[in-house]
Formats: sequence, C-alpha cells, structure tokens
Amino acid sequence: MSAARPGGGKRPPAAPEVGTVADLLSRAHAMEVEAAERYDEFAAQMELHSNLEVAALFRKLAGIERKHADSLAADLRARGLPVAAAAPLGARGKEGLETDSGESLHYLMTPYHALDIALQNERRAVAFFTSLVQGTGPAELHKLAEEFAREETEHVELLLEWIARTPKPAKDWAYDPDEPRMPE
Amino acid sequence: MSVTAEVLPAAKDFKSDTKPVWCPGCGDYSVVTSLTRAFAQLALRPENVAVVSGIGCSSRIPAYTNCYGFHGVHGRALPVATGLKVARPDLTVVAAGGDGDGYSIGGNHFLHACRRNVDLTYIVMDNHVYGMTKGQASPTTEPDWDNALAPGGTGVRPFNPLVIALASGANFVARAFSGDVVGTADIIAKAIASPGFSFVEILSPCITFRPEQRGWKESVRPAPVVHTDDPGRAARRLMTDDGFNIGVLYHGNRKPFQPPIGQPRKTLSEIEREFAL
Amino acid sequence: MAPRSKSPSSISIALSGSGGSGVMTAGDMLLEAAALAGCYGLMSRTSGPQIRGGEAAALLRLAREPIECHGDSFDILLAIDWVNTERFASEIPLDAHSLMIGDPAQGSAPAEFANLGARPLALPMKDLAKKIPHGRANMVALGYIAGLIGLPTTAIAEAIRRSLGDNGDAVTASLAAAEAGRAAAQGVECPFRLAPGGNDHDKRWLITGNEAAGYGALKGGVRFVAAYPITPATEVLEWMAPALTDVGGVLVQAEDELASINMAIGASYGGTPALTATSGPGLALMIEALGLAISAEVPIVVVDVMRSGPSTGIPTKSEQSDLNIALYGPHGDSPHVVVAPNSVADCLMTTQWAVHLAETMQVPALVLSDQSFGQTRMVIDRPGDFAFTGQRKLANGDAQPYRRYALTESGISPMAIPGTAGFMHTADGLEHSERGTPSSQAKDHLAQLDKRKRKLDTADYDRHWAQVEGDGKGDVAIITWGSCTAPAREALALARADGVRAKLISMRLLSPAQPERLGALLDGVKRVLVVEQTHSGQFHRYLRAEYSLPGEVRALYRPGPLPLRPSEIHRELVEWSRP
Repeated sequence: MSAARPGGGKRPPAAPEVGTVADLLSRAHAMEVEAAERYDEFAAQMELHSNLEVAALFRKLAGIERKHADSLAADLRARGLPVAAAAPLGARGKEGLETDSGESLHYLMTPYHALDIALQNERRAVAFFTSLVQGTGPAELHKLAEEFAREETEHVELLLEWIARTPKPAKDWAYDPDEPRMPE
Repeated sequence: MSVTAEVLPAAKDFKSDTKPVWCPGCGDYSVVTSLTRAFAQLALRPENVAVVSGIGCSSRIPAYTNCYGFHGVHGRALPVATGLKVARPDLTVVAAGGDGDGYSIGGNHFLHACRRNVDLTYIVMDNHVYGMTKGQASPTTEPDWDNALAPGGTGVRPFNPLVIALASGANFVARAFSGDVVGTADIIAKAIASPGFSFVEILSPCITFRPEQRGWKESVRPAPVVHTDDPGRAARRLMTDDGFNIGVLYHGNRKPFQPPIGQPRKTLSEIEREFAL
Repeated sequence: MAPRSKSPSSISIALSGSGGSGVMTAGDMLLEAAALAGCYGLMSRTSGPQIRGGEAAALLRLAREPIECHGDSFDILLAIDWVNTERFASEIPLDAHSLMIGDPAQGSAPAEFANLGARPLALPMKDLAKKIPHGRANMVALGYIAGLIGLPTTAIAEAIRRSLGDNGDAVTASLAAAEAGRAAAQGVECPFRLAPGGNDHDKRWLITGNEAAGYGALKGGVRFVAAYPITPATEVLEWMAPALTDVGGVLVQAEDELASINMAIGASYGGTPALTATSGPGLALMIEALGLAISAEVPIVVVDVMRSGPSTGIPTKSEQSDLNIALYGPHGDSPHVVVAPNSVADCLMTTQWAVHLAETMQVPALVLSDQSFGQTRMVIDRPGDFAFTGQRKLANGDAQPYRRYALTESGISPMAIPGTAGFMHTADGLEHSERGTPSSQAKDHLAQLDKRKRKLDTADYDRHWAQVEGDGKGDVAIITWGSCTAPAREALALARADGVRAKLISMRLLSPAQPERLGALLDGVKRVLVVEQTHSGQFHRYLRAEYSLPGEVRALYRPGPLPLRPSEIHRELVEWSRP
C-alpha cells in the first residue's frame, strides 16, 4: 500500500505507468507543474514566517520549474497532444517524484537548506527517468527518457554549483531566543 | 483526443487562497494536499463537500480548503458533522481535527459517532501534543513526556483511538502518515467512499513541540496484512499494534445510520386531528 | 494637542522584529534590567498568528514610580526589521515626539508608521552584531535603548547574566553586543531619560498576573487543581503544577473543562480547597457545574482570565465581556461570589480572598482576571501578607441526625468532611431539605434559596469590596473594575490639572452587589462615569440594575482588542465638566 519501506523511509522510484511517448511528455510536464506549485507553497510559508530570503529563493525555483513546464507544454502542443492543467491523479507512485512534502522546512531555514531540497527533488527525477530507459515501451520512449534524464542531471550539476556558492548554515541557524507563542 | 465536456475539479481547486499559519515543516500541510487530492480522485465538487472542525492547529483546515467549512468549538466537530450529514445526506461531510480536540474534550462524541455510524469521515491529525496552547500532553502522549503542565509526564496510559473506534462500532478504521502524501490521499478516498463512519488517524508530526517526530518517517511501515472485516480479528491486531502500521486496518459492513429526511407522510391538518374534540 | 498621559518619568518602549530576532527575550531583559536599577515597569506581548517566527513586538513602560498600565502612546519604537510590522500600528501609537529606530539594512518603515511624524533614527544592528562573534541584533538593540534612556550598564549586564545563566558563550556575546549598542547611542539626543533614583529592588517582585493568581490560590490554601489548557489562562495552571507538588498538593490534567470543574468539586467535597482556571469558552462549559456547587454548597474557585469574545473570539486579546456570564451564568436563582482584581499585583490578593470567601461561605467564587493582567509581566512592590485563608466551618458535636443544610442565622451550615464518623450525608444539586434529602416542597425550596442568599448578604467583605482613590469631596465619580482601573487613575490625575475633582471607585467585589456601601461613597456625587471594556456596556447595565446611581450617569465603553487609554477617559471627564 504505502510505498514506505519497513523501517526505511526512503521510497524507491515507483513502478512507472508510462507506456508511450505521449505518456512520458505528459508526465514530465505534470511533474514540472507540480514542482512549481510546491515551491510557491513553500515560498508562501516562508513569507508568512518572515523568512523573506528563502521565500525569494523558493519563488525563483518555482519560476525555473515553470519555464521547464512551459517548454514541455510547447512540445506537447507541437505534437498535437493535450496539455493538462494539473498533475494527473490515479494509480500509485505518480506523485512525489519531483516534489517534497514540506516536512523538512523550518521557519529559520537558510538558502542552503532550500537548495538541498531542490537537489533531492532533481535527483529523484533523474532516478525516475533513468528507470524508464531500461523499461518496456517503444524505442522513442527510451530515447526521450534518456534525454530527460540527461537534462535533469544537468539541473543536478547546476544545483551543486549553486550550493557550492552558497554559505553553509551557521551552527546556531535554528536558534530562536524567544519561546513559541499561543495564537489561539 | 477530445477534452471531456465536463472538466472535473483538480486537487488544487479544492485548496483555498488562504495561506496556512502552521509552522513550516508541520505535517498538516501534507494532509491538506492529501485531502484535496482525495476529493479530486473521487470526482467530487467543492460545493458539495463540507469540512467541519473544532479548535486547535489541525482544526484550522476548513479555511484552507475551498469547500463549505465550519470551524466550530473545541471538541465538537463530530456532533456538528453529524447534524449536517443527517440533515443533508447529499453532501460529503468530513470532520477534522487534532488529537487533543478529538480524543480529549471530543472523546465522548468520538465514541458515539462511531457507535451511531452516520456516513461521514473523521480525520484526526495526531501529533501527540496540544500544539496551539504551547505544548501540553494530549491523550495520545507518552506517559513520561515531560512538559510544564505535567512535570515528568502525566503518568497516564495513552488513549488508543483505533481500538476505541473499532469497539464503538466504526465501520472503517485506518491509519495514515502525513509524510506519505499519495498513500494518505488513497486512504482518505477509500474512507470517504466507504459507507458509514470512517475513521482515519493520521500521524502528523509537530516539529515545534515534538521535533523528534521528524523521525516518524523512519518508523512507519505498510501494515503487514490486508485489512479484515472481522471485528474480532481486527481487535486482536489493533490491541497488539505498535502505532506505526499504515493502511486500512478494518473495513466492516455495518449499515450507515441515516433516518429518512425530506419525505413527509402526513399533512399538518392530518396531524392536528389528534387534538380535535 | 491633547496632553499625553504619562507620569513625568515614564518611558514607553516598543521592540519589534520577526522570526528568530528575539524581541521578547530582549524585552524581558530590558524590564528586568530596569527593575534591577530600581524602576517600576511592565511588559506585554503582541504577535502575528504564527506559533514561531513571524512578526512580534514587546511593549514596555518604565518609570520611577509604580505604573500599572500602558500609556497613550509610545516614546520609542525600535524595529529590528519591519516585516509585517504594520499589523501592530494600532497597538503602537506614535506621535511627533516619538523616536522611531530602524536598521538601514532592513529597508524603511511601513507607511502606517512612517507617516506618524516620529523622529527616525538609524541603528545598523545587523552590522554591529556581525562584528561580534555570535552577536545578535536584539542585544545591540537592548544596549542602544539602555544608552538612550540612561539605564546603567551594570543593570543590563546583570539582566543578561540572569537570563542566559549557564551559557557562558551566549553571555559574553550578548554583553559585547549590548555594549556595541550602548556605544552607538553615545551622543544621540534622547528626550526620554529615566529620572535618577536608587537601585532598591529587593522588596520588589517581577511577576505576571497569571503567576500572581496562582500564588494567591496557594496562599489561600488551595491544594487541588484540575487543569485544562486554554489561552490566556494556561500559565496559571502551568505555574501551579510544580508549586502545588512543592506544598504537598496536586494538579490533575483533565480531558476538558466539564471534567476539570467537576474534578475540583469532587476534591472540594472531600475537604481539599480546590480551583481551576480557564477563559470565556471554558467558563461557558463550566456553568452547569457551578450551579451544582451552588446548590450543593461546595466551595470552589474558578479563575477566568478573560479574552475577547464571543465564542472563540480573539484568544490573545483582553476584554471584560465575561461579566454577564460570570454574574448570571448558572440557571435558576443561584447567588455566588464574583470578584475581580484591579491590577497584576491585585491578582494575588483577590485570588487568595476568593479562596477565603468560597471556603467560608461554601460557595463558588469566580475571579475575573483578564489577558492584559494574566500575560503582562510587571514590577510590583512585594505584596503585603493577608490573613485570609480558606476556613470552612466544620461539623462537630452531636447534633444528630446531622443536617448538612441546617438553617442558621448566617446561612452557613457546618460542613462534614468524608471520613468523619456520624456525619454521613449526600450532597445534592436537587433541591433538598435541611437534612440534604431531595425535596420538592415549597417550604424547603424557599428556605434553602433564602439561606443560600443570606449567607452571601450577611458576610463581611470588609474594605476589600472596592478600592477608592482620588478626591473624596469631588462631585464626579468614576466607577470601574479590573484592567480599566489603572487608565482611569491616570486619567483622573490628568483631569485634576484641569480642575476636575473626581474620585475613583474600582469594584473588587462584583457580586453580591453592595448598594448601601456604594450609596455612601456616592453621597455628594453629581456625575458618575462608568468605564469598562465591553461592546454592550455590561457593567453599566449591571450597576443600573443593582444600584441606585445619583445625578447624571455616563458610560464609556468599547470592546477589545485595544486597551482603553488614559486620554480617552480624560477627554470624557474634561468634556463633561464643561459648563
């Protein structure tokens, strides 16, 4: 049922249900759309908790994902395929490949932490597309999956560079002298 | 390929524009995603869904959905949800709240809602703490958890909501984990689709007062056996459950409680006749 | 321009900042430092809806003489950053005399503050803090304010040490950062300076209203508390939890307010003075059980730390709108005691008194505190010791068979504690005979109703029923209660300068009403101004119903969340005094 491993917590890329090139393009597009939405949600959380620096970073990441989504949408349209407004639902394993559930956010998190989240997302995407390369389906599907895997790997490289340029969090990054409050 | 004539709402159509005030990292954010996803999976429409809550961090959830919401008083989500569903059986009614709201002050209503078996779904975001009031023990808190109101811990055995739900007559009992967004959405969808009272306890970490709960994701596992419809077998499993088995654990066949409504049988003048001399 | 209400040396300071900036910590230290330097003062808190992070502000007022409320406006606003600070605009009124300090690295003040005409000052807190290992902006801010107002370095250093105690590194860093702030204040012209004075503080306390209420209960003899958390009362219970254990008492966390009030009743029936603390929504749940305690004549104290209503209302803000439910809540004719402290310090005495009244008269006593007392930390003179402790009249002797509800002259019947041989009885919410057995007889109902009323009417409330100040010969009287007392007092002082001669009557005993005593106080008074923080004038209506008010009566009332300001009351007084 749940994809959680017994006592493990890390989910393996789920068995994909991508059979055709159209499936793959739709899926890739949906993943980018969902990633953009998720980063925007994270940005809103950061804004509400006054972490404007990280909020701006999440907005930037959302923008990047949106650009990827737009280019995939153009690709879909060029092939006469429909562009779904939202991520497809349904069977197990479709979600969570490029998105984080937000459980690792912290109101005092630093840009370094945010980029790390983005890095994990991109690595998951690489794993997903790579798994398709070996799978069943037409040759064109494998070729496209390989292309996507390569692109995502580039994203991973870019993020690693970005992270290298980003100051590591101070040891007391999570320190807040004030106690929690009771809003209600 | 043609676009279907009726475009069904997507999960994000069930989310409102109101930004949640929960602490970043709170499990409840994922629960909103799972809940709205479940609504979309079931092809529901926002105007036909009602989300009813009590008081607490988790009870803020109705305002974050785009459905008809009711943010009531502490512990009373279930009676409000019951009244709403009995009067309006056409609606999909979901009651929601936390462990303090649901098992402490709401405990009595919990028993009787399970017993009554109205067709509604109750999701409890359990973080083993009273978060909104700054960190007191809740009924599901470990007895030795030190806190300001009970230094050294309450010393009182934790409440076992799944066993109580089963014993009281709930027709569907499940446990989920907020970190597994898709799995939780599936469980919620099944719960809503199941007739009668469906209870879903969702482990949802409070990273402010119980930061160690970030480790829950390493502890949860899929339930090792498929759910049963035999209350006796379910009772045995739930009494020996360690709190981390995820999935539908019991799914019974009780007929839901729904008295007929809107079906008049007499006119007022017929009723009056008993008074006439 | 309207006179600003301030005692000559009082300085009102607001510190604001967002997530992780530590304004509350800095505010606490500033208050403690001022206290150590011999000042009086208070600090309250306000914040956004987030549990952590997000915008927050510490609101302080410091002076050489005792002060018990916030003034009309703030002299200094220091913002570590301006994120969402506009939320606090109505709570932090500034004017052309105020100083508005900001960090140039954090952008400019929002329009709501920038347009008030305050004098802007720049303090590069972030930069200054960076130069110090582990230095933080809030400590720079603390040092700067101390420098501006003339608070001695020794006091600040001591406050830092007390707060950060065993964390040597943090202490060093904070001291250095505060010093950097102080250095930055050199040469800055600040019209707000603390008047010179001694350092006596050893006969003073730093305490919140909730803590004071908890301690008052302990002093009154409470040894059983049933608790259910609710904002803004939770601290009463959290303070009492370890303290009760220390004195051999016990606190039990209940599943809800219905359970907590009934548990307390149970403990009290067993002979142990008992209490619970809650706020409006919780009190609403407890009403039925209060009726039970009234009918069965079981002593019990409930502290209601009032917040804005109705229903869930505004949980973190103060109001006086639970008066109606406190007075009239229980169904039937159900006389009981309602008292209200008029300051943070008074929370101690009034709660202790409530225990005494409840135990003596075997009746529920409600203590109407509020959020502005409960969650404000204040420097107070060490309160005097009051003699009252709970003293219930116990049954003894051989009057057999035992009549638990015997009709006596005072109305108080000797009470038997379980464990006493020969005095077994059943306490009952059902109407009952003298013996305590259920009765639907007219004579029993009347006799018991009379008795339950008589015991309250004939009791001696001594001088505590009201606090009277001001001009004894004035022809104007302000009648108020609770947290409106201090602003009314300051308004009176201002009005005196305008030739208005007025007395201030702050009622501590709200129920039972004391018409004769108030009548005596109002002898010669031609104008009465009733002041309260409600939307519907609950106190005014109550006075009209229970008291005969002479001459002209005006009522000044408005609801929370903002406190009544001295100048509002002053304006009303002056305007009314115009011929």
